[in-house]
Amino acid sequence: MPDTHFYRYDGYDRTLVSERVDQFRDQVRRRLAGELTEEQFKPLRLHNGLYLQLHAYMLRIAIPYGTLSSRQLRKLADISRKYDRGYGHFTTRQNLQLNWIKLEDAPDALAALAEVDMHAMQTSGNCIRNVTADHYAGAAIDEIEDPRIWAEIVRQWSTLHPEFTFLPRKFKIAITGSPNDRVAVRVHDIGLRLWRNGQGEVGFEVIVGGGLGRTPMIGKTLREFLPKDELLAYLEATLRVYNRYGRRDNLYKARIKILVHEVGVEKMREEVEAEYAATRDGALKLPAATIEAIARQFAPPVLSPRPAVSGRVVAQRLDDPDFALWLKSNVAPHRVPGYAIVTASLKPAGAPPGDASAAQMDGVADIAEAYSQAELRVSHEQNLIFPHVAVEDLPQVYRSLAALGFAEANVGKITDIIACPGLDYCALANARSIPVAQRISNHFASIARQHDIGDLKIKISGCINACGHHHVGHIGILGVDKNGVELYQISLGGDVDFGRTAIGSILGPAVTADKVVEAVDAIVTTYLDARRDGERFVDTYRRIGAQPFKERVYAAV
Amino acid sequence: MPLFSEAGLPASYVALPFAQWQARPEWPAVSLANTDPVEDLAPHLGRLRLIVLEFPKFSDGRAYSQARLLRGRMSYRGELRATGGVLQDQVAFMLRCGFDSFESEQQGFGEALARARTLFSVVYQPAEDDQVPASLRRLAQGTVAAS
Repeated sequence: MPDTHFYRYDGYDRTLVSERVDQFRDQVRRRLAGELTEEQFKPLRLHNGLYLQLHAYMLRIAIPYGTLSSRQLRKLADISRKYDRGYGHFTTRQNLQLNWIKLEDAPDALAALAEVDMHAMQTSGNCIRNVTADHYAGAAIDEIEDPRIWAEIVRQWSTLHPEFTFLPRKFKIAITGSPNDRVAVRVHDIGLRLWRNGQGEVGFEVIVGGGLGRTPMIGKTLREFLPKDELLAYLEATLRVYNRYGRRDNLYKARIKILVHEVGVEKMREEVEAEYAATRDGALKLPAATIEAIARQFAPPVLSPRPAVSGRVVAQRLDDPDFALWLKSNVAPHRVPGYAIVTASLKPAGAPPGDASAAQMDGVADIAEAYSQAELRVSHEQNLIFPHVAVEDLPQVYRSLAALGFAEANVGKITDIIACPGLDYCALANARSIPVAQRISNHFASIARQHDIGDLKIKISGCINACGHHHVGHIGILGVDKNGVELYQISLGGDVDFGRTAIGSILGPAVTADKVVEAVDAIVTTYLDARRDGERFVDTYRRIGAQPFKERVYAAV
Repeated sequence: MPLFSEAGLPASYVALPFAQWQARPEWPAVSLANTDPVEDLAPHLGRLRLIVLEFPKFSDGRAYSQARLLRGRMSYRGELRATGGVLQDQVAFMLRCGFDSFESEQQGFGEALARARTLFSVVYQPAEDDQVPASLRRLAQGTVAAS
């Protein structure tokens, strides 16, 4: 097995995961034998990632902090071939969903995952969910510290936590180690942002009570600076306060954001700090040796020196405009000169965002093995990342990705759409999301035009649960059902960038499915007419306000 | 409702609901709703022999926190009983939070209780039982997370 540059399971981790598979196998047996009611079985399967969707069971596989090895990705491809229909869907929580799993196969699929040190624990249910982190971690040029070290520490602490498995509602934690937020840290139940204070110490800003869903809220700072070794004590204190006092009378008011909103962040802080004062020097204080041991496993790969400028790249950039655009949008700077971070776009024109076939997964795994230290990342924008690619190798990587259909030069552009599964798969949805995304994607298929439009994020949800993050899309699209007709509500001005996080404002009356493309086109045209040099869509919107967009959209539809 | 305990059936006390018990706090057994403040028991813990915590539904997890506070923060050593929505698939979590007796109507609960401590030989976090978290076992062995 090739050496990895992220956390490797030891015997303890493997034992726990395999004991969990055995436990679930027994629970499935009892369910199939009628010894467990569906009501009793539901939380058990949810805690193992198994949902009951519109047509079948869906298995949501955890990809902790979005980091995968080539070997793991090949196994995911295998599992999708053997137990599903040969494809999977990467999600905004850096997970992989398989949409056609049979209940009786689920334990075997979990056992297959365990062979490559993976699991599906706590990817659903009212517990602490799989922890997400910056998809550029360990490679980003602006990084203060690798957030995955802390995400792994949180993963272990939260896994099968006996006190916090029946919380009022689900609980999502995201961690960033960079000032440029790529994890949407202010729209999570808890967001953790590593930063360096005036004394040169690195600690966490702890942000609480953000979230999307039917009541979107921007998280508030609970603790400005938390020493790193006190992270688990502080999280445990916060979770305990939430577990005791979070609302349980109404499913829609049960997230921690509602508790923080109702009692106020000052009162919340008082409660958490009191609880924390009683636990801070206890068993949860992290010994330096434990932190160091985990940090060592995330030590960056030793990258052999490669030239920062490559003649081949320069030549091909001049020859091939598509390659030139791809370099601009899909390649980001790496902290090591001579290397780059490459994003494989899982949003080719007209395709469902985030889907990959088993063959494509195998192909991506091969590229990572050949050119990126056999390592990959899943981004919350539903793309796959090669974190360590030599600049010289960019032409080959581009060619290999193009063969897979993943070389669309659209990262951060109008067709790099986030969309939830919507009514095609999801039992909760009111409207379809994927077909809307596909239509927009086809309409704006010209890569040159997309680059002219510039950075513009469209996010689509098929219901108010907001899995497609529509509230924070520069253009947000929300599917609603009105007397059996699917309508789409459009909002503008959402943002997740740190310091600029904002919830979008609804533009006006919802439009029918066949008018969504016209509406988006009218919005884009308004922007192009009004923008000043170098101004992003969202900045133009902030400058000129909603009115010009509104007039044009409702004249067009 | 049938009562189970790993140590065989405990001595029997009649637990008073919290409001009644507050009128006569010398009584050795009390039953709390999961919204009652466990902190209020602190001055009386030395006399208490039985505290009953309620799970109105198995999916309402507030009593897990009450149990950990009683055992960990407040060092209560008497019997700690779970009642209400007490099902075999949650009993391993309940044991870790410090419960030591259980009222359950579920078929096979006794057998499940007998097996509960064998389900997971590895835990990741400290709680109110004797299991040593993986992180400390790694430190003790000096094999901190090497594969």
